[in-house]
Amino acid sequence: MRQILQIFLLQFDMINDCKDLHVLAVDDSNIDRKVIQRLLQISSFKVTVVESGSRALQYLGLDEDKNSDRFDNSSTLREIPVVIMSSENSLTRIDRCLEEGAEDYLLKPVKLSDVTRLKNSILKSGSGEITGIQTNKRKHKRDQSPLPTSIDCHTPPPASPQHSLEKRARL
Amino acid sequence: MDTVSQLQRQFVEYTASLYREGYLDDQFTQLQKLQDESNPDFVVEVVSLFFEDSEKLLNNLTTALHQENIDYKQVDAHVHQFKGSSSSIGAQRVKDMCVVFRNYCDEKNLDGCVVCLQQAKNEYILVRNKLEALFNLEQQILQAGGSVPMMV
Repeated sequence: MRQILQIFLLQFDMINDCKDLHVLAVDDSNIDRKVIQRLLQISSFKVTVVESGSRALQYLGLDEDKNSDRFDNSSTLREIPVVIMSSENSLTRIDRCLEEGAEDYLLKPVKLSDVTRLKNSILKSGSGEITGIQTNKRKHKRDQSPLPTSIDCHTPPPASPQHSLEKRARL
Repeated sequence: MDTVSQLQRQFVEYTASLYREGYLDDQFTQLQKLQDESNPDFVVEVVSLFFEDSEKLLNNLTTALHQENIDYKQVDAHVHQFKGSSSSIGAQRVKDMCVVFRNYCDEKNLDGCVVCLQQAKNEYILVRNKLEALFNLEQQILQAGGSVPMMV
């Protein structure tokens, strides 16, 4: 079954300003792409929108066809937080996604308040780096905290490393 | 009462009726929040995408339900997409019809599906006409030199 991925990818810059947060949103629906792009833009994110999981991986520089070692060893990309966007309101699905390491699970249709809430939690999580000099300690802390990306699963998330990005759950 | 005020009042009343009668839900309001001077036509653009998408989906559904061997998974996939897009723009009655439609798909109930398709088409045409009328009113207000009341 086709896996439809919606991924937000947030690159968390050392300058903790929302304008530097870059989100990669993935959705196979052109309507939803337009809406999510606008929702994120209006919330001051930088946005890139793609239509499929494979396009998303391409954008991230990960080709599914290439050596999967490269994929597994990509620790930076592993740190990218994932936010799920789905119309499925199922506790088992939601729990599963969060257990697999998703930052959050947004129920569709996504509202402005959902994105605002997400933004606030991201900004809060990086509060150690808002001002001040970069220290090794802070940098280490940043490396440990995964940033949200968003995945819309119409089928249960596959266990295969090819499609899932390993994330530590931060609940 | 001058033209602009009349039109504005008409607009407000018409919008209110669309919500009251369940054609539109809160998600339509959400879309309006995303429209501003930098994106002045956002709502019309999204709704136009919805119209295009819906017409394709309805054609695909008609074809799918006329097959000798119906692939209910395929039918369900189309309905799921239709449910998603109608939900995203706040077309509540269309969305609700899709929910019923999916149940019939699950049951592989052809008669149920055929009836639902017709009803989904009807609901779509209704909401399309109403949204077009709404956008028309907006245009009239703007052309008369007024501003469109915010319904938020």
